[in-house]
Amino acid sequence: MLEYKNDIWKALLALAPTLLLMAVFTFYPIVHTVVTAFMEGYSYGVWWSNGNTIGWLDHYGETVMQSSYDSSGNLIGFTQTYVGIGFGNFTSIFKDPTFLAALKNTAIMVIVSVPITVIIGLLISVALNSIKKLQGVFQTIYFLPYVTNTIALGLVFSVLFSSRNGLINSFIEAMGGSRVAWITPFGGGNPSYFTCLFVLMVYTVWDGLAFKILVFLSGMQSIDKQYYQAAQIDSTPRWRVFTKITVPLLSPMIAYITITSFIGAFKAYSSVIAIFNGRYGPRSNPNMLITVVGYTYDKLGKMSNVNEIGRACASALVLFAIIMAITVVELWISKKKVHY
Amino acid sequence: MDQELMLTEEELRKYKIKKTFANIGIYAFLVIFALFIIIPFYWMLATALRSEAELQQTQISFFPKDWVFANFRTAIQYASKQGVNFFKVFWNTILVGLFTTAGTLITTVLAAFAFARLNFKGKEVIFSIFLATMMIPGEIFVISNYATISSWGLKDTYIALILPFITSVFYIFFLRQTFRQIPNELYLAAKVDGTGDFKYLWKVMIPMAKSTITSITILSMMGSWNAYVWPNLVSGKNHLLVSNGLLSVYKDIDGTGTILSLQMAAATMVTIPLLIVFLLLRKQIMRGVSRSGIKG
Repeated sequence: MLEYKNDIWKALLALAPTLLLMAVFTFYPIVHTVVTAFMEGYSYGVWWSNGNTIGWLDHYGETVMQSSYDSSGNLIGFTQTYVGIGFGNFTSIFKDPTFLAALKNTAIMVIVSVPITVIIGLLISVALNSIKKLQGVFQTIYFLPYVTNTIALGLVFSVLFSSRNGLINSFIEAMGGSRVAWITPFGGGNPSYFTCLFVLMVYTVWDGLAFKILVFLSGMQSIDKQYYQAAQIDSTPRWRVFTKITVPLLSPMIAYITITSFIGAFKAYSSVIAIFNGRYGPRSNPNMLITVVGYTYDKLGKMSNVNEIGRACASALVLFAIIMAITVVELWISKKKVHY
Repeated sequence: MDQELMLTEEELRKYKIKKTFANIGIYAFLVIFALFIIIPFYWMLATALRSEAELQQTQISFFPKDWVFANFRTAIQYASKQGVNFFKVFWNTILVGLFTTAGTLITTVLAAFAFARLNFKGKEVIFSIFLATMMIPGEIFVISNYATISSWGLKDTYIALILPFITSVFYIFFLRQTFRQIPNELYLAAKVDGTGDFKYLWKVMIPMAKSTITSITILSMMGSWNAYVWPNLVSGKNHLLVSNGLLSVYKDIDGTGTILSLQMAAATMVTIPLLIVFLLLRKQIMRGVSRSGIKG
């Protein structure tokens, strides 16, 4: 009997808060972003009047225009203007060298950071899984970056790599090398793309290891011990145990971690901002390592030009398309390679 | 035949030596990466304790020369000179964290209950649509939500920081999985006793899902502590959260550089509370994160 009961009213009551919030903050934004991305020269705002003043509130609720006006009543109008519908926002961002640089930078960061983090994470997990003493201590240490503030520790990395007196340069000098202009100029030389990217990647790996180690280790601990005992009886060498038992049996976790890391790396933003103290690069080239997300937020912040919001939406959609494509390709690959 | 399986004393000794060397290698590898993880924390603390004069020099020692504990007090004073009350920033973050978490728990428990326990038309369809939204990067929402919040005149309020985040499809999914593991017999027994659905949720389901609810609480609080992008867009000076305060306050007078000792002192003060919470709730946090699989 219970299987056929209908709880529609109870369900509506229970789902009401979530549905309401999602309607405003999830579903509406999806529609709004897609629509705006295709509106060329978009502008939106509200006319207001309080009797003798009339003003124009823009998209962000900021008064951009105000003039005295003798009016008998309150006038509140709503306008939304655009020049036309089309791919104008998309073509303009693809012509924008900053956006192209953002695409290139993001792609490089993803290609460098994801494999390094996944491989190091895997090796550390295997090492951790093979020891008994101090396992808990090491596990706790490796997890620390996860519970720290991204901005705070990004600032720390910029101090570590400071050219004047950072730990890294002091160490290089003590070893007999000469100082490097990592992210701040040194001895007349400005930091290069390579050194800036290097510092960012070290921070990204540092920040990303914790989660991967946690997932890999809990995956390994659920692998049946019989496989390892069988390998031990046959005195199989360690690397063969790793490639023939651990990796195949861990492949669902590896696939999961790779997909989530790719998505996370494509959304890089806070780490860049933190390392360069609010910019996307060293002072000599403040947009050097701008990312797609950074570009999107920059366009969002510029209120002077009505075209910018449409471009922000277009750029966010490009990011979404890239993430979708990568996810689909990875799922397709993992279907072939993953052993369940 | 027996002879072949037996190891001689010599072979056993060789095997033991080989194993010891392998173990030393493994521990060395783990120690090197542990240092890689820990050194930034040390350097943060060491820089926070150095005098600004020491930080101006080009030669720096591994340990601070004088331990200037006053830097922590100075960091708070400097922030207040810039019009930012350090304690208020902490208070804002805690307040936003608490209200976001409380709101999230209410909405997600109710929604997960509907998806796990109630029967209604279109349940699977609605749930699939919810799940599909998880694929979309948050940046897409940020643009329009910023416009929505602004046009409602909510910029620089607590509501702006809390409202968009008091529900989460991911936590609904997470809780629904836990709720579905509760045996059906319990529900049927409760029905026979005439217990209403919502009373059953409150008396049976929530207590049984305690560990999942704890995980959600911890993750949601951590999310507020780490939030940067959204507060940076909607907060003015009165509603800064810790991440924003760190980045904006410690510029020096001409605005070109940063007062490192003070910034690192502030960074230390932001980092330590979360580390203490982590060390106290280590097991719950790590279990929660490994089961849920997302940050924040």
